Formats: sequence, structure tokens, C-alpha cells
Amino acid sequence: MDKVVNDFSIIVGTKNGSGSSTANNTILRAIFKMGIPVSGKNLFPSNIQGLPTWYTIRANKDGFIARREENEIVVAMNPDSFSRDLASVVPGGAFFYADDIKQPITRADIAVYPMPVKQVVRDDKSIPSDFRDLVGNMVYVGILAQLIGIDLDKIQAALSFHFKGKQKPIDMNLNTVKAGAEWAKTNLPKKDPFSLEPMNKTDGLIMADGNTAAAIGSVFGGAQFVAWYPITPASSLAEAMNDYLPLLRKREDGKHTYAVLQAEDELAAIGMAIGAGWSGLRSMTSTSGPGLSLMTEFAGLAYYAEVPVVVWDVQRIGPSTGLPTRTSQADLTFVNSMGHGDTQSVILLPGSVDECFEFGWRAFDIAEQLQSPVFVLSDLDMGMNQWMSKPFQYPDTPMQRGKVLSDKDLEELKGNWGRYLDKDGDGIAYRTLPGNRHPMSSYFMRGTGHDEYARYSEDSSVWLKNMDRLKRKYETARKYVPAPLLYTQPGATIGVIGFGSTEAAILEAIHQLETEHDIKADFLRVRALPFTQDVTAFVNKYDQILVVEQNRDGQLKQLLTIEYPDQAANFKSVAFGDGMPASARWVRDGILAKYAQLAEQR
Amino acid sequence: MTQPLPMAGAAANINLAGLAKNDYRGNPSTLCQGCGHNSISNQIVSAMYELNVVPENVIKFSGIGCSSKSPTYFLNRSFGFNSLHGRMPSIATGSLFGDRTLKGLAVSGDGDTASIGMGQFKHVIRRNVNMVYIVENNGVYGLTKGQFSATAERGLSLKKQGANQYMPVDICMEALVSNATFVARSFAGNAKQVKELIKAAMSHNGIAVLDIISPCVTFNNQENAYHSYAWGKDHEEPLHDITYIAPRNEIILEEEMKEGEIREVSLHDGSVVILKNLEKDYNPTDRFEALRVLAEAQQNNWLATGLIYIETGKPSLTEMYNLVDTPLNRLQEADLRPAPAMIDKVNALMF
Repeated sequence: MDKVVNDFSIIVGTKNGSGSSTANNTILRAIFKMGIPVSGKNLFPSNIQGLPTWYTIRANKDGFIARREENEIVVAMNPDSFSRDLASVVPGGAFFYADDIKQPITRADIAVYPMPVKQVVRDDKSIPSDFRDLVGNMVYVGILAQLIGIDLDKIQAALSFHFKGKQKPIDMNLNTVKAGAEWAKTNLPKKDPFSLEPMNKTDGLIMADGNTAAAIGSVFGGAQFVAWYPITPASSLAEAMNDYLPLLRKREDGKHTYAVLQAEDELAAIGMAIGAGWSGLRSMTSTSGPGLSLMTEFAGLAYYAEVPVVVWDVQRIGPSTGLPTRTSQADLTFVNSMGHGDTQSVILLPGSVDECFEFGWRAFDIAEQLQSPVFVLSDLDMGMNQWMSKPFQYPDTPMQRGKVLSDKDLEELKGNWGRYLDKDGDGIAYRTLPGNRHPMSSYFMRGTGHDEYARYSEDSSVWLKNMDRLKRKYETARKYVPAPLLYTQPGATIGVIGFGSTEAAILEAIHQLETEHDIKADFLRVRALPFTQDVTAFVNKYDQILVVEQNRDGQLKQLLTIEYPDQAANFKSVAFGDGMPASARWVRDGILAKYAQLAEQR
Repeated sequence: MTQPLPMAGAAANINLAGLAKNDYRGNPSTLCQGCGHNSISNQIVSAMYELNVVPENVIKFSGIGCSSKSPTYFLNRSFGFNSLHGRMPSIATGSLFGDRTLKGLAVSGDGDTASIGMGQFKHVIRRNVNMVYIVENNGVYGLTKGQFSATAERGLSLKKQGANQYMPVDICMEALVSNATFVARSFAGNAKQVKELIKAAMSHNGIAVLDIISPCVTFNNQENAYHSYAWGKDHEEPLHDITYIAPRNEIILEEEMKEGEIREVSLHDGSVVILKNLEKDYNPTDRFEALRVLAEAQQNNWLATGLIYIETGKPSLTEMYNLVDTPLNRLQEADLRPAPAMIDKVNALMF
């Protein structure tokens, strides 16, 4: 039996609400601390308690951390998903199960390990009886640790982090882990080839989820007003603001430079955020699909009346309520023209946890510079799962507050200014803020037709002029939004374009295409709309461009086709939205299918 | 009321803020001639002038509808935000965080508030946002040409709509059950009362809801209609005569006002409202009594007007947030961006 070291996936099937997330995060973090590249994906149902739920962990020495669709090690803790879990083990894999589940083992091609979870907990006299269920999951952590070689001191570090240094729960959980490991050492001879060995490939990295990163980034961006409404998978973003604003913006006088307000719905959440943005605050809201739908009318107002506001959309799969706990990239075309009439949105597309941090602060700069809503499209996979990440970097530019006229500025101008007057020719006018006491400072903000001085107007030529200016502003936006990231290799013949959290899957698929199919591809990860000139250059370079995204209709491909009609025939859609985090397999197979078609056409 | 002059020799039409009444006006109204909303706009202008308000210290808000157009017709020197249908309260809530020395002055209608905006109406009240919330209530949709609103009385017939089958929403009652801290009802035909109530509302700290019956002369002014001038004049039952006394002004009661006939209500800014009893003594600080009076008026087909309820001393929304003294929208990068050293602290907090 050849050893398989640092290259396999584990999936744990438990009951939702059984407290398994502590156990699973502990495994993930311990492997990370062992220096092995690793990822964890929580595949959970929309439910508080009782339904089957899974957590998958992938360790990979080469740094490929996208979700895999097959798992070598399966841990079955839930009788309701037992037969399904058993069937899912790859041939030659390992199956761990809680031995109080009395169901037939129908596989002979795998290693099978019964785990006396309840017995181990009962036998450990240090565990109070009412805590037995709570720490029970730590038994499989211990047994797994023993069999695949997870360092116990790394497990201790993970528990210490999880329980924020509180000794009692750390000890109780660690003792259970040790009891499990001890039992396995005596009773479970190793029958499978999978093991972990320490590396140094996570040195200097941190582990965090995108929502937390986005919140902290927003705090560093000077966020002053957050209005939000609870929705999966965005709630933890606003909740993290509640955690980190007091911590990072503490003042000696104990007073606050910010306000976080839970609104009555998403209509009110974005309304409040727009009000605050209009009054000069760095203002934001966070939501997901259904909330975004409710925000649409306000988005149109903010676009047309030109209010800076940041909207985080942590995408989940829709339409309608859809699958509330499943990931997606299907809000792109909707957000692109969010609102009725001619609207064009500025959209940022973070593709990693550290980019969630970066775009957290940068989005405010862009919104205030452009006097426009800025939508940041994250997703459930990036937002809620723990990812290895580069450490967060302090903002490399001072805050950009855009064109704001103070009382003093108005004195110099002798009050002569127009709210929608394009003095600089870039489509961006100057604004004043409520609280400016100059007698000429005020203007009446409205979503109805208005002229350069913000006066009500139904004049067609005034309307046209204003809409042309907004178009000009959208062109200016190309200079303010982040450029795409480019991954090239010598001899590449095709281009791949993607965005967001699929990067890991795409990079791995490109590696497979090269090593297994002799197809060399360059990859461009788009990070914003409108497209910048780097996107144009990339699009012009290849006659086959595969556009990879997690939705049904190929939304990014649609937008590229509109933007680059001359290259329309070159774009091929690799779109797939089943709610699961992207895997290299679907990217690779999708590219191969379209690539083959292209080859035939020639 | 007359105010002492700021200095000897100043023109008599200049108030303590150094402004003439014209400084409080807006653009010419584009509403119908005789519209109740126009007379309310005029009373807003007079009230602000008499209160010596600095226009830059007020932000106007409105939603969508005839009423919501009206902020264009007063206080040109104030910032204003004409927002979305039924969503003015959320815009106001966020905007007033920018600079909390500013007072909100919002105008909405019965459609904007009691139909599409009912949710936001109730929640802006519950949060006690520091603003005056005037509902110009005419029972009908004017801009879309004469459909029933949610405050239209049951049985009302309109040209293209037939008869209204549903019970009306009572805006004051909705405000009260949402724990409003200031609730008043008035009638656009009673200019003096409208003005005094606006002044009192401006002096209140927190949300002040004014439900003003404001007839629509084009679509709903039939003699027997609840929201008409004629009906209002015939059925108005003021709870009291109301006089607003600005802060620092000596309260001189008219001679005929004797003890037991008046009530004084002190407001947040030191001003006082004198309520002269009419038929009975009415106590506007008693919530049960307020609800009873509204129910009684409904039952008897009265238009009960006046200061229906007031509760002072409750913090307004921005006071609940322990905010820095400098207005938030004047804070600079040094106040808002954590120091560079904090980035290491944050990274250390991650696993």
C-alpha cells in the first residue's frame, strides 16, 4: 500500500445543530497549523437542527484547495445519511463511523473504522454527563488525528483559538480528543494509506472567512454607518462590524464614530444607508439575493441621484428564496443594471479573503470618488467558509473622499456651484453635505428629472444631457476600479476568464489541462465592472476564451459579449450553478467540452 | 407671535436669525389652487420664520405624491431629499446621522405613509428619529388622479372608483400604538392651530407626528367627505386652544384664562405649549386618554384636533448611539481609519 501524504479530502456527515462545527474547524485549523495547504467547506442545509449536514476538508501539498467532488476519508456520524456517506467513499478510501449506528456495511473495497464515540465519552470521567453530547464530536477528531497523523499540539492551538483561551472548555475538548486518540492507538490498526506530515507551506498566512475580512476592511475604510437586515449568508458580515468597530475604533472619550443599525427590512436598510451616504458618511449595507431584489428601487435612485453607498452582496443561489445556504455567482447581470431605466452599476468582484478586506476599504473610496453606489459581490463560499489567506495589508492610499465643497470652498466660489454641473469633464460633479452652513450650500435631492443645479426639470434636453454625463461618469469609473489579475504561461493558446471565489478551482483546472491534456491556458480574473483596458487587451489576444462562472446562463459571458461584440463568437460559456463550491473537475470538464466543440469548428 | 427685535433700528420684518420671511420660502407651488397642502406650506414658512430657525439647520424630507412635492415650496435654503414612495423614513433615519445638530422636517401623504410606507412609518416612530413628520392627509391619491387612499372613510364614493368598502387607517392611532412621543392632528383650514403645532413639533426632541387633514380640491372635496373643507369646518372638535411660547419668553396668560382652564406643557428646548381647555380638560400626556379620545372621535364622526399626545424626556435615535460631539460627517481620516499598528493586531486575531 503506497502512502498518500498530504493529498486527500475528508468529509464529515453529521446532524445539523449537533455542534460538529467546532470539531470540523479544529481539524481544519490543526492541519493549517501543520503547514499543509488546506481548505474547509461547510455544506449545510437551511435548518437549525436535525437535517443532515456535511463538512469537507481538503489537504493538498501543492496548494490546490478547491473543493473536490470525491473524498478519500468519510466520517459518518449521522444515521440519516449513513448509507449515502458509505456509498460516497472512493474505492480504496477510509470510512469512519459512530458505532451506535447499526446499519450494514456493504463495502469491501474500503478501510472501515467503527468508532465507539459514546463509549469513549462515557469512559472519560472528566467529562460531566451533561456535556457528553457537546464534546462527543471531539472523539472523531481524536480518532482521525491518531490515524492520519494530526499533531495534538496543533489541535490544542486550534481549540485555544476557538475558545478564545478559556481554559475549561479547551481542556474538556482536548481531553476528549486525547481519549479518542488513545482509544484508536490501542484498538484501531491502520488499514488505509492516507496520512499528514508537517510542511511549511502556510507560513505567514492567516485563516479567515470573507465576511469577517470584508467587515474589518470596511472598518479600516472608515465605515461610519451600517444598516442591515438579517439574511443568510450575509448576516455575519454586519455582525462582524459589531465586533470590530468597537475594537478598532476605540477612543479615549469612549464615544463612537459610527453607528450600526438593524433595519426592519432591506428596503429600509438601503434607504438608511443611502440617507447616510448622502449626508456625507461612509455608509454601507450587506445582503444577499432576496434582499438585493428589495433594494432595487433604491439602487436606481442612488445611481440617478448620485449617492455614494457600498452594498455587499454575499451571493446565494436563486431565484426566489432558492437555496439559502448554497453558494452562487448569479447576481451579476442583475446588479449590473440594477434598477429600472438606463442604469449601469459599478461592481467589485473580490476573489479571495484578503481581497474582501481590501475591497472593504477601497469600495468607500470608489463610491465617494464616483458619487455612486458600489456593489461588492462576494459569495457564500468565500463569505462563510474559512480560507487560507495572505495577511490583511494596511490601506496603501489615504482616504479618497471625492469632490466635496465645504463652507469655505463655497465662500471662495461666492456660492456659485451646481450639484450636477460637470466642471471637470469627467462626469463627476461637486457635492455639498447637509450641515454645511453656507446659505448657498443646499440643494434638493431627488430621483425626478433635474438640471445641473439640482432643480426639478422635465425638459428633454436637460434629461439627455444628464444621462450623457452619467454615461461619461461610468467611463471615468474604469480608471477607479481594480484591474483584473492575470495568470499567464508561455505558449498558452486559449484564454480563461472568471471572477470571485472560483479562482482556486480554475487555477487547478488549468494545471490539469496542461499536465493531462496538453492544453495551455492563460487566466484572467476580472475584479470589477466596468471592464478595464486590461480586460480588453486579454479579450483581443485569444480566439478561444472560456468564461467560467457559477450560474446557469453565463452571466459574465453575456456582459463580455455586450462589451466586446466583435469578439462575441470567441466567448464560450462554462457555466454551472448547483450551489456547491467550485471544483476543478467541473471547470476542467466544462472547458474540455467547449474546447472540443471549438476544435471541431475549425 | 411677535418677537423682540434683534437690535434697535433693524427692519421690523427681520427675525432673530437675521432673516426675512422670504428667506423661508421656496419655489412657487405647482399644486392645485386651493390645495390644503399649499396652506400647510405657508404655515411652515410662518412657523420657521417666527421660530427664528436657521434654514441650514433643517433637512427636509419627503416621499412621493402631491404632499411630497411640497418641500420644494418652502425653505429653499435647507437641504432636502425627495426620496421614494413610502421610503422617506429610512432616508431621513440615515441622513440625520450625518450631522445630528440638524432637525428633520418631513412631509408625507396618506398614501405615502398609510399604504406603501406603513412599515417605515411605524419603525421611524419606534426609533424616535429626531424629526417632524407631517402627513398631509386628504384620503385620496392626487397625482395618479383620484384613487382611494387607506385613510379614505368607508362608503366614500369617488368618480372612477365606486364606493370604498374598507375601514380607514387612523394615522394618529397608528402613531400612538407605535409609541410615538408626539402626536397631533390638525386641519389645514385651521391655520393658526397648524402653525402652533408645527412650532411645538419643531421644539420636540424625537419624532413628532402631525396628521393634518388637507383637502384635495380636485378629487375629494365633496361636502360630505371626511377630508373636505366643508366637513372639516363643520365637524372639527379642537381639544384645546394651543399657543406656543418660545424659550426665554415670559408667559403672559390672557386675563380670561383662569386656573384650571389651562395646561402648560414644557418642551425639550425650553419652550412651552399653553393648552387652553375648551369643553373639557384634556391631558395630552396620558396615552390611554389619547387613544380613548381618538376612538371617541371616530365613533361620533368628529374631527378631533390639537396636541393629542406628548411624552418628553425620551432619547431620540442618534442620542442612543453615544456619538462623538463632532458631527459624523465632519470627521476626517485620522478619526476614521485605525492606526497602521492595528493591522498587525487584526492579523494576530485571525487564526
